[in-house]
Amino acid sequence: MLRISREIHDAIMAHARRDHPDEACGVVAGAAGSDEPARFVPMLNAARSPTFYEFDSADLLALYKEMDANDEQPVVIYHSHTATEAYPSRTDISYASEPDAHYVLVSTRSDEAEFRSFRIVEGEVTEEPVEVIA
Amino acid sequence: MAIEVKIPTILRTYTDGAKSVDAKGDTLAAVIDDLDGNHPGLKGRLITDEAALHRFVNIYVNDEDVRFTGSLETTLKDGDVVTILPAVAGG
Repeated sequence: MLRISREIHDAIMAHARRDHPDEACGVVAGAAGSDEPARFVPMLNAARSPTFYEFDSADLLALYKEMDANDEQPVVIYHSHTATEAYPSRTDISYASEPDAHYVLVSTRSDEAEFRSFRIVEGEVTEEPVEVIA
Repeated sequence: MAIEVKIPTILRTYTDGAKSVDAKGDTLAAVIDDLDGNHPGLKGRLITDEAALHRFVNIYVNDEDVRFTGSLETTLKDGDVVTILPAVAGG
């Protein structure tokens, strides 16, 4: 189960809409071990593509250093799909390498908000419920 | 010659949970071979069968992505820090 604040949920959707038709991506950091997404960190999609996303490698290093210094971990790793459903693609699964993270997928293919969360561990995808809290 | 190597969560199963380990070598290739000697299997997660860096990982020497500094031939000196991070990417 992913518990996430309304504010961060809406910020992720807004980022995805803003970057459409390219995919948007980012993380929500939280205190290590807390499983609470607290700090919204939108990232640039270095691929600037409607079908692929990748954190810029220098930005990625800076992000991990910052999280390390704050004793944080990436509680949520999110990205958008712009023409397909909010479900991990084969490429998403092959790259997924944070077994403790909630992989959030949103879709901007229509006006309807699609926001789903998954665990991806050793290539296996498990969807989990999302609870949006005040 | 001591090089500090920072290990990401996903690969700490190879280092008994250690976030950082020491290694020796004057090139990145030599450091990875040394790492694999102490933590067998790690090399296979970093380098492909064709002896290229795996596209799923980023490796940095100090703050430079080694893709821009000579890849596996990147030279290292005492006190350098190697950071391994999984690429965050997808489709």
